[in-house]
Amino acid sequence: MKNSISQIKKALIEKKISVGELYDEYLAKAKSGNNNSFNLVIDRENNISSINDSQNRYDNGNPLPLDGIPLGIKDLFCTKGIRTTASSKILSNFIPNYESFVTQQLLNDGSIFIGKNNCDEFAMGSSNETSYFGPVINPWKNKNSQKDNLVPGGSSGGSAAAVAEGSCVASMGTDTGGSIRQPASLCGIVGLKPTFGSCSRWGIVAFASSLDQAGPLTNCVEDAAYILNSINKHDFNDSTSSNHQREDYLVDINNSFEKKIKIGIPSDYLEDVSDDILNQIDNTKKALSKHGIEFVDVKFKTTEYALSTYYILAPAEASSNLARYDGIRYGVREDGESLDDIYLNSRTKGFGDEVTRRILIGAYVLSAGYYDAYYRQAQKVRRLIKNDFQRILNEVDFILTPTTPNEAFKIGDKLDPISMYKNDIYTVPTSLAGLPGISIPSGLSKNGLPLGVQFIGNYFEEKSLLQLAALAEKELSFNE
Amino acid sequence: MSNNWEMVIGLEVHAQLKTSSKLFSSSPNQFGSEPNENVNFIDSGMPGMLPVMNFGCIEMAIKTGYALNFKINKHSVFERKNYFYPDLPQGYQISQFEFPILSEGYINIESGDNQKKIRIERAHLEQDAGKSIHDIDPKYSFIDLNRVGTPLLEIVSYPDLSSADEVINYMSSLRQLLMYIDVCDGNMQEGSLRADVNLSVRKKGQELGTRCEIKNLNSFKFIKQAIEYEFQRQINIIDGGGEIEQNTMLFDTSTGETRAMRSKEFSHDYRYFPDPDLLPVNLSQEQIDKIKPLVGELPQDKLNKYLDNYSLDKDIAKIIIAEKQNANLFEKMISESTVKPKFIAAWLVGDIFAFIKENNLEVNSLNDKTKDITDLLRLISDDVISNKAGKEILPKVLNGEGKPSELVKELGLEQVSDSGELEKIIDEALVGEEENILKFQGGSDRVLGYFVGKCLKATKGKGNPKLINKILLERLKK
Repeated sequence: MKNSISQIKKALIEKKISVGELYDEYLAKAKSGNNNSFNLVIDRENNISSINDSQNRYDNGNPLPLDGIPLGIKDLFCTKGIRTTASSKILSNFIPNYESFVTQQLLNDGSIFIGKNNCDEFAMGSSNETSYFGPVINPWKNKNSQKDNLVPGGSSGGSAAAVAEGSCVASMGTDTGGSIRQPASLCGIVGLKPTFGSCSRWGIVAFASSLDQAGPLTNCVEDAAYILNSINKHDFNDSTSSNHQREDYLVDINNSFEKKIKIGIPSDYLEDVSDDILNQIDNTKKALSKHGIEFVDVKFKTTEYALSTYYILAPAEASSNLARYDGIRYGVREDGESLDDIYLNSRTKGFGDEVTRRILIGAYVLSAGYYDAYYRQAQKVRRLIKNDFQRILNEVDFILTPTTPNEAFKIGDKLDPISMYKNDIYTVPTSLAGLPGISIPSGLSKNGLPLGVQFIGNYFEEKSLLQLAALAEKELSFNE
Repeated sequence: MSNNWEMVIGLEVHAQLKTSSKLFSSSPNQFGSEPNENVNFIDSGMPGMLPVMNFGCIEMAIKTGYALNFKINKHSVFERKNYFYPDLPQGYQISQFEFPILSEGYINIESGDNQKKIRIERAHLEQDAGKSIHDIDPKYSFIDLNRVGTPLLEIVSYPDLSSADEVINYMSSLRQLLMYIDVCDGNMQEGSLRADVNLSVRKKGQELGTRCEIKNLNSFKFIKQAIEYEFQRQINIIDGGGEIEQNTMLFDTSTGETRAMRSKEFSHDYRYFPDPDLLPVNLSQEQIDKIKPLVGELPQDKLNKYLDNYSLDKDIAKIIIAEKQNANLFEKMISESTVKPKFIAAWLVGDIFAFIKENNLEVNSLNDKTKDITDLLRLISDDVISNKAGKEILPKVLNGEGKPSELVKELGLEQVSDSGELEKIIDEALVGEEENILKFQGGSDRVLGYFVGKCLKATKGKGNPKLINKILLERLKK
């Protein structure tokens, strides 16, 4: 039902549809706003020159790689002249005068932005319930409880819901501890977090600098490769951007592997999980075994430490990264009697509860007397987690895990922060290791809700990771 | 009695590096621009902006490492020092903390007649903050972010200094070295070099006392005043039975007093941690070695050279090496002429520097006049003109009013060095002076001066005094 980028491009080339008509079609859905997946949509008039330029390139027979493709952009990417809020009150009036590196690449390749996707405030959340602009609703319904509104996951929940509801062809998200993969899984779409250092962080509102990574949320694996081809480039303005040679991720994506592939399944990830989740792993195993892929048990030594390590390091970095939102130079300022009052009022009223909580945790773990026990210790454990992954990836080509421990839950269901944090239990270790991970839909739960599995590859091996995901996708595809 | 008391001082000197752009952004690093002119998205802390290290700052730090006898660390780490202030847009200052680029250096300073080694604990790179201006408007403060991100090298000494004079000597030696290796312009008024003074007092021979830190002193005068005031303040407290509180102090330049800015209980917890936006600085030995030739001759090298090769007096040599531009001017003149270095040096620190001072000039502004200057000095040292005539012509030469030889002719200042002519004048002068001649022969040397004066007057000042002296002596001894 949903068209892939290559199908849409074919229709545009064959003039079955114009760029403007395509835009209107998606815009209408985005504007209906049933699921609150956009913080802002861009009217046709405001994109008219992009639409015309794109159409001209099709008419002249020289379209760009993503020409005319309507994309959603997580409201964490700074977009020149377009309000960028990070779904926070404190940035609710902020219009950047610059374009993030990643979105600039997408514009250079001809894509057209349909709007800014809702997300958790400053990307802090796993259910998209922390947004200043209200929660996003998962387009999927529990077949046993149709009236319930479910979360789309987070923090890129607006992106995932928008792709799933068909209001954009693909959306750019960011992933710090699972923020692309987890909502992709809960919304039944594909989400790729590239290796840390692949895609420049320049112009993305920072959450945790050593973990943040941009990546696509798409309807299919091939679309993820299209987007990755555009955004995966070295950037001198990001000191952590890798300058390795990039590959064309579309070449070979539909070919089978030439060498024998071995995939490890961490048995410790599968203790105490529901049958729904176990079924996903079994389905995937069965599907890929048909292609001669071998599966082996692997065991991590560090899994139990990953979540606490993450919830020390990410808030520590966030507490410092968010210090610039002080109401002085831009954003929303609340008045006060003194300078300290201005800071206090602007930040107290400007940030929501979850963001405040993480700033406090972060300031605490960096404080004199606590630094060694928390931050320094967590850095050491992070190193061990990296080594743990390296050890296993020396034995196997990929690792297969569930993406999430559960299906989409009801909005308002998880009020306790710790149980919310546990939603990222399968995605956080990969983020700490800086490895690439992709979530693809693998089946439906007993309640008829989508679930996904995650493939993890070695550093900068997105090409073979996409190839594997594409292979699995063919076997596992389901339609609503 | 403050006689039994001694002060113990450590200095934190902030030197602004002379790079063309800032430490982590490409905006220009220059003083005196319009407010907020040299500010880009990184400097103003806009969302999503990332720092990119300017390697020129690392090179300057390495040069400093060589000049101040530091261990140059191959591994250093930029960390974030977190605090809120409106002139700190990021909400943190990027600085080096646990792993600085330089550690364990020293310089030798003069202390009385002796040399004293001052050990330096570390030097690290960091960003400067912007400026808050509170005196434009009664209600609002104004912020100028031009200085945000300017590269600073913070040089932290051990508490090896024990008097205001030593501190001044240390600070001026540092300033001289940093200017020699061309990493800092040394302009204290513009804030290119500022010091925080950590001072404690103790009875001689006793344990270290509690220290106070006087922040942000930007002139030698203020440093001296602040130290003297603070020294006495601490002694008075202890003598009065009190205890010193560890405080951060401000020096009030209008009253000459120090006062507490914040006490330790209110001190910040800066929550340092490695900046995840930046990679650690990892230098290879080759990268470090490559910088060494760029250090050039240091003041001590020049001093030795001037004393050994040019036979200058130590006092004169020191004046010349005090600033690199002096030494450059001096060495340019030596390389361009055959006039004796010692003769050039005497004129340089005398009349030439006096001229520069009087006319408020930069020493560098004479760099294109060195040929004329040495031509003039050659005329003097060859006795073509007198010393006095030389002094008369020098300002005209420095003002570019003409070539020395032309000026000599124009002004008729050429010396009479023709002995026949001089003999005639001397003989005339001696007529009727029999009494004085007898006095001279009787042993009165004073009379010689009288005769020289009389003969010079007869030549209208143009007679070569040395020659007159010589001929007179021959005549008088007869």
